[in-house]
Amino acid sequence: MIEGVLEQGFIFAIMALGVYITYKVLNFPDMSVDGTFPLGASVTAIMLVRGADPLFACVISIVAGMAAGLATGILHVKFRITNLLSGILVMLGLYSINLRIMGKSNTPLFTEKTIFSANVPSIVIIIGLALLVKVLLDIMFRTKFGFILKATGDNPNMVTTLGVDIGIIKIIGIMIANGIVALSGSIMAQYQRFSDVGMGTGVMVMGLASIIMGESVLKALPIRFGTSCALLGSLFYKGSIAAALKAGLPATDLRLVTSVIVITALVIYNGGLKMKFKWGFNLGGGKTVTHSKSA
Amino acid sequence: MGKLLRIQNLHKTFNKDTVNENKLFNGLSLHVRKGDFVTVIGSNGAGKSTLLNIISGTIPFDEGSIFLNGKDISNVPEYRISKLVGRVFQDPKMATSPSMTVLENMSMAWNKNKFFGLSWGIEKNKIKEIRNSLSKLSLGLENKLEVKVGLLSGGQRQAMALLMAAISNPCLLLLDEHMAALDPKTSEIIAQLTDKIVTESKITTLMVTHNLKQAITMGNRLIMMHRGRIVLDIEGEEKKSLTPERLMVLFSDKEKADMLSDRLMFA
Repeated sequence: MIEGVLEQGFIFAIMALGVYITYKVLNFPDMSVDGTFPLGASVTAIMLVRGADPLFACVISIVAGMAAGLATGILHVKFRITNLLSGILVMLGLYSINLRIMGKSNTPLFTEKTIFSANVPSIVIIIGLALLVKVLLDIMFRTKFGFILKATGDNPNMVTTLGVDIGIIKIIGIMIANGIVALSGSIMAQYQRFSDVGMGTGVMVMGLASIIMGESVLKALPIRFGTSCALLGSLFYKGSIAAALKAGLPATDLRLVTSVIVITALVIYNGGLKMKFKWGFNLGGGKTVTHSKSA
Repeated sequence: MGKLLRIQNLHKTFNKDTVNENKLFNGLSLHVRKGDFVTVIGSNGAGKSTLLNIISGTIPFDEGSIFLNGKDISNVPEYRISKLVGRVFQDPKMATSPSMTVLENMSMAWNKNKFFGLSWGIEKNKIKEIRNSLSKLSLGLENKLEVKVGLLSGGQRQAMALLMAAISNPCLLLLDEHMAALDPKTSEIIAQLTDKIVTESKITTLMVTHNLKQAITMGNRLIMMHRGRIVLDIEGEEKKSLTPERLMVLFSDKEKADMLSDRLMFA
């Protein structure tokens, strides 16, 4: 079971790294992720059925995801649709597009060659890919482009004064994020040997949950979080889901469990547990002046 | 010397065709020579900040033309105009990225008008240069390179913003009440820094201020605005001989004249 949790955790970690760019860095809640995850899976499934090389299928999935990200970005930046709605509109459209790509609602992969067909344990391949994406992102955030990307989410006004078009930076950021999410979808399809149009539902929330859980835990440590919280958070998240199932909850309760986990993580992150009751009134006879000397 | 900034026949009306219609500029013209350091004063609602925002492309205008360095910038997007213009705002939070470090912010400003590509964001050989320029501010920022800008005081941030705006040698520096949100002592430090930076690098500057003393002592030209018009424009010796008291008299004269015409209208 542990191995399964780790494998799935690291596949979702790649997705969480994508969500990290939009949600954490660009401050853009990108709902299109729920559509790009199955987009990557659909593109991969149909390519593998037709006998394409699995690595090539991964690359094409990334390109497809980036194209979807471009659509979200253009809706938001050029047509001035709010960030949440642009993502939802693209997600909605992608559902039909995914159906068109596969021609039906799901595609099983029975004997097709996948990235896991090589004689290497799948856990090694998955961890390797997740770390590769993390390291590449970490490097990107240390480049000039990465600085501008961070500043765009932090203070767009400053980026404008630097003579840089924030619209273009946002679009590129959303494209990279959706490309990564589609890659995660592609790996997921190859891992479970199966692609389904419905597999993207709630992916964005899972990504958020992972990031927030990671941050809640890593907040206590004196290290810089960055992308590590997305990576570790997805492991915590998958682990807690597995624990809930192990404890006897039926699989039908999964969504409810997800929702409760996110709420718990948010409450912990916001320091809600430290909440103390404060009486807003004086019962009489007490000091009304807080400074003891002037009382 | 040539005209660096030419504003001709500028018209701007807010909330056009509504009950809240507010006609601010009705044919405003302003010429600024290369190397001029202009201080702009005026009452609230006179259009000082709006003028600066129109020049920088943040707010669109209705009619007229603006030429900067010989180029028509009337319909140019804000980020393009920003390539020629350096800005510091009243709010110290506006010009820096709070969750990034001093060094990261400075490195970005250093790279202004160059390509933000995939080379390292912090160039090792630039660190010394950045440290040197920060030490000129004498606020101890050169020892806080790894500190997040959000943790700095308003004065430190504003000094950084000033440095960042001037570093790329813009054609025009727009300072929009950049000392208004600071305490008197810090405000004085920033004023001295402004004077030093502007005179050293000879950047053409428009500085909006509410401090009459600073408006007189700083710069070589003074403009007073009232209700979208330039009501006073003096420079050189005449400006130097001004006193805050004299300015107040001039200012209230203008206001009285306006009130009188209002009263006549309603009489």
